[in-house]
Amino acid sequence: MIIREVKNQEDRSARRKAREILRKFKRTRSNLIPILQQLQLALGYLPRPAMLEVARYLRIPEIQVYGVATFYNQFRLTPPGKHQVRVCLGTACHTKGGQLILEAWERRLGIKPGQTTDDREFDLDIVACVGCCVMAPVTVVDGVPEGKLSPTKVDGILLSKFGREFGQAQEAQGRNNSKV
Amino acid sequence: MARPKRLREGIIQRFEELKKQARASWQKLWSADKPVILVGAATCGRAAGAQKVIQAMKDELARQGLEAEIVEVGCMGHCYAEPLVTIAKSGWPPILYGYIDEDKGRRLVRDFLMNDDPCLEFALGALEENELLPSFFELPRFKHERIVLLENCGRIDPEEIEHYLARDGYAGLVKALQRRPGEIIEEVKRSGLRGRGGAGFPTGQKWEICRRSPGRPKYVICNADEGDPGAFMDRAILESDPHSVLEGLIIAGYAVGARKGYIYVRAEYPLAVKRMGTAIEQARRKGLLGQDILGSGFDFEVELFQGSGAFVCGEETALIASIEGKPGLPHHRPPYPATKGLFGKPTVINNVKTLASVPRIIDRGADWFASLGTERSKGTAIFALAGKILNTGLTEVPMGTTLRQVIFDIGGGVPGGKRFKAVQIGGPSGGCLPEEALDLPIDFDSLTQAGAMMGSGGLVVLDEDDCMVDIARYFLEFTQRESCGKCTLCRLGTKQMLEILVDITQGRGQEGDIKLLEELAQDVKAGSLCALGRTAPNPILTTLRYFRDEYEAHIKEKRCPALKCSALIAYYILPERCERSCDACVGSCTVEAISTDERKIKVIDQEKCVKCGTCLEACPPEYNAVVKLSPPDLVPQKK
Repeated sequence: MIIREVKNQEDRSARRKAREILRKFKRTRSNLIPILQQLQLALGYLPRPAMLEVARYLRIPEIQVYGVATFYNQFRLTPPGKHQVRVCLGTACHTKGGQLILEAWERRLGIKPGQTTDDREFDLDIVACVGCCVMAPVTVVDGVPEGKLSPTKVDGILLSKFGREFGQAQEAQGRNNSKV
Repeated sequence: MARPKRLREGIIQRFEELKKQARASWQKLWSADKPVILVGAATCGRAAGAQKVIQAMKDELARQGLEAEIVEVGCMGHCYAEPLVTIAKSGWPPILYGYIDEDKGRRLVRDFLMNDDPCLEFALGALEENELLPSFFELPRFKHERIVLLENCGRIDPEEIEHYLARDGYAGLVKALQRRPGEIIEEVKRSGLRGRGGAGFPTGQKWEICRRSPGRPKYVICNADEGDPGAFMDRAILESDPHSVLEGLIIAGYAVGARKGYIYVRAEYPLAVKRMGTAIEQARRKGLLGQDILGSGFDFEVELFQGSGAFVCGEETALIASIEGKPGLPHHRPPYPATKGLFGKPTVINNVKTLASVPRIIDRGADWFASLGTERSKGTAIFALAGKILNTGLTEVPMGTTLRQVIFDIGGGVPGGKRFKAVQIGGPSGGCLPEEALDLPIDFDSLTQAGAMMGSGGLVVLDEDDCMVDIARYFLEFTQRESCGKCTLCRLGTKQMLEILVDITQGRGQEGDIKLLEELAQDVKAGSLCALGRTAPNPILTTLRYFRDEYEAHIKEKRCPALKCSALIAYYILPERCERSCDACVGSCTVEAISTDERKIKVIDQEKCVKCGTCLEACPPEYNAVVKLSPPDLVPQKK
């Protein structure tokens, strides 16, 4: 019951926000991508009710909005986590062990790329190249590029930036391990 | 035939006024009593901590009661030494400092600005000839370099149009506007400029086709959708010298008869988007963009479009679809965009570096440009050096320079005493070239013959620790993910090739896989519409051509010769080398897979080990007890 109420509220506010943004654009198809970019900037992702508003406004079939939203890597259809972890897998990062860094994040956060942790604290994704190959391997954490990483440095970032909760989670994991 | 004399004089007069103002403020910046501090603050500089250095220097200046002008500039290409700081103080030549952190920043303020000690221990060199200290440009690498497109990068404030104007910016546009569009096209044709996006199509010819094609309005587009992993020169130019690209686009618009231009930048480059937006705004305010530019009667508007992250949109027809608000699917060419492009109208699409070359060609003349480079490839090429190379960053060389000169003389070679194995050139469309190919002169044609291509100019150096099968797998994973799905052979063929490569790297390779890969590669090349599919097999074909033995070792012996493929290696602690009282590896292990046995020797639990290599790094070099073994069954079984 409560969950449905919250969901309805979320939908209403997404629709309101969408209409507010749409007013700034002319009704031409070539504005579709800039509109979706603005929406995602405001809401963090593209909720279904907001995409429906866009289709109605541009007078195009809903499937075409969905088609564009799913074609481009920039758009996401699920809510993001509070903290965003973007592991660079460009060529330079790959040769310097980017895959090992990705695995380290996966291990610690317990999620795969494209997923958000259950508590919505973190989401994890890969990026093709952030263009600072000198610092390889790189992970962008909440918009800040962290360079020259190693699996131990990943732990260091988690502990120093997101301290206590994560430390507790680690401890719990340690206890589980020692039981085994 | 030139345009009417009165019109030409009007254009020159308006421009001279702009230039006079710009020169005055530029000179004021440098000749004031205050020292000038330039800090490299492009994305690479920021990642290395430029913002913190700026803050530290500002705080120190305030604490000491000193005044200095701090200017955020772009990227000089020497990314290995970021953050870079240049200080110009009267009585001294401008000095370039590298590897500056907050402490060194504060010291520069105290020692140099207050006390005339220039801290030469942090200096890379002076930026002008002088009698006090060696010039930075005396470094051996500059014998090979020829800085044209990067000449303003790191020297001017990219958010300040007056800096660009003061360094002869927009002089090319002014010369262009005094002539007829046809003459501009002739000049560009005569210069021999070829498209820098990878394919190398003659730019002047493209413009001419567009100009002659019926249909109005016409459009010009700057393709700044730099998506190749490992290439970052377009980002550097957009962030460090956005006006040079904008000027090139305006000239292109004038030459082909377009009144509207687009700049298509990846949304993943937020700083480039911001600085380009500022540049457009400033040019408009100076009357260099908009209605009746400098009184020439030419109207031109530019719109900034943010690409949403699809590699295929670097392909021109897909890029057009994306501006039209559709998924970025390429279509068959012909018709080429020059005859039928954006909204069905004639459209010219040029790469960032192509457009940045244009103002210089018009200003300095086609002959000057044609004097650089080789017979069929004119001008300079910019490379992004990354991977296992000492001097990572950008370099600009005349076409025809050899790969060996770029990698060893400019890039400083492979660090850590490791052996050079291959260079990956041209990103996912390019290929891997071995040591034997290093004496190839770099131009559009010779690289294609060797099986690679110039592509966007990403150059990733690989050493003995890199597995060539894994590199091929890496690029296929990328192209397979980015295939738009329109052509069957690209959509399914890349998937099948990737699966075979994954099997090989994980020890499931079979006899006959190599032949199958070769067949599929030819089919995917033949059956794809756009360059993404047609070049996707290149990384496989070149690694097979030059490093076939590595494929065979993976398939027949289940062994990875470079000790890279994690399924084919195991970490092992040599009991005879393990120093029993040392615990370095145990503590370092991220998954607690290392334990101590009854003899106090450390043992890795192979079941738990995730092969991250942390223990190998942690083991003190005097013991060197952790080794990688391939195939993994070389690890002695416990009794």
